[in-house]
Amino acid sequence: MIEIHLILLFMIAAAVIAVEVKDLLSSIIAVGGVGIGLCMAFLVLKAPDLAIMQLVVEILSLIILIRATIRKDVPFSVSGRWVFNTTSTVIFLAVFLFAAYIALKTVHQFGSPEMRVLRTYLEEAFPLTGSLNIVEAIAINFRAIDTLGEATAIFAAVIGVLAIARKSARRKE
Amino acid sequence: MISYMLCLVLFSVGLYCILRKRNVIKIIIGIGIMEYAANLFFVLLGYRTHGRSPIYAIDQEIKSMVDPLTQSVVLTGIVLGLSVTLLLVAIAIRIYERYGTFDITKITKLKG
Repeated sequence: MIEIHLILLFMIAAAVIAVEVKDLLSSIIAVGGVGIGLCMAFLVLKAPDLAIMQLVVEILSLIILIRATIRKDVPFSVSGRWVFNTTSTVIFLAVFLFAAYIALKTVHQFGSPEMRVLRTYLEEAFPLTGSLNIVEAIAINFRAIDTLGEATAIFAAVIGVLAIARKSARRKE
Repeated sequence: MISYMLCLVLFSVGLYCILRKRNVIKIIIGIGIMEYAANLFFVLLGYRTHGRSPIYAIDQEIKSMVDPLTQSVVLTGIVLGLSVTLLLVAIAIRIYERYGTFDITKITKLKG
């Protein structure tokens, strides 16, 4: 699987650029590059539904983030205990990655998932639901309450945005 | 194994951004990168070598499909990530209106 490694390296490079570049607009465009890389990775990993959804969501979030930063480019300070903070953060991340490396040894090998739960879904999806696309069959039929919860969470987020950004709250200034 | 570790390196790049940067927009970007890495990790767990996408076809054997359950969970997660980004950006815009800056060290006063 050399192509997934290449795409992951591209995503890491774009993420490092997005984190470290000074200009906010360039940073947002670089994070858009990470999202497009994720879209390609989904296509390589045989998940076309996710690739379509990721592309739409990526474009929307790019527009939202550009709306937040347009003509507001303020430089931020790098004073304070720069060396100590960076060193402690890097040590913490190294410990995190080492623990993850130990933990990942118990996970199954890449490319051979266990078939216990999976087999039921694969065999029963079409006879029970009549849907040719198994991902949609699981999302809408087997896990319909989950999808309802997702819709509820989106609704709550929209209500939160309206409550934060409403006009009457601003007028009190 | 290398794919898992590269995915976690991407996750820790986002974590470094959250822990270390002082700009609110950069923190939102870090949360977005972490979310991408988590979604990708789920899909990597469900991948099967030489697998096919989980859509029925006449000439397709069931055993050669990739895991549809993780993809279905990630489908929910992607949309929830968009709503999280929306809410955070709304809060960031209000912070900029109140304080005139995105720097979190200068946002110290509580105002009603």
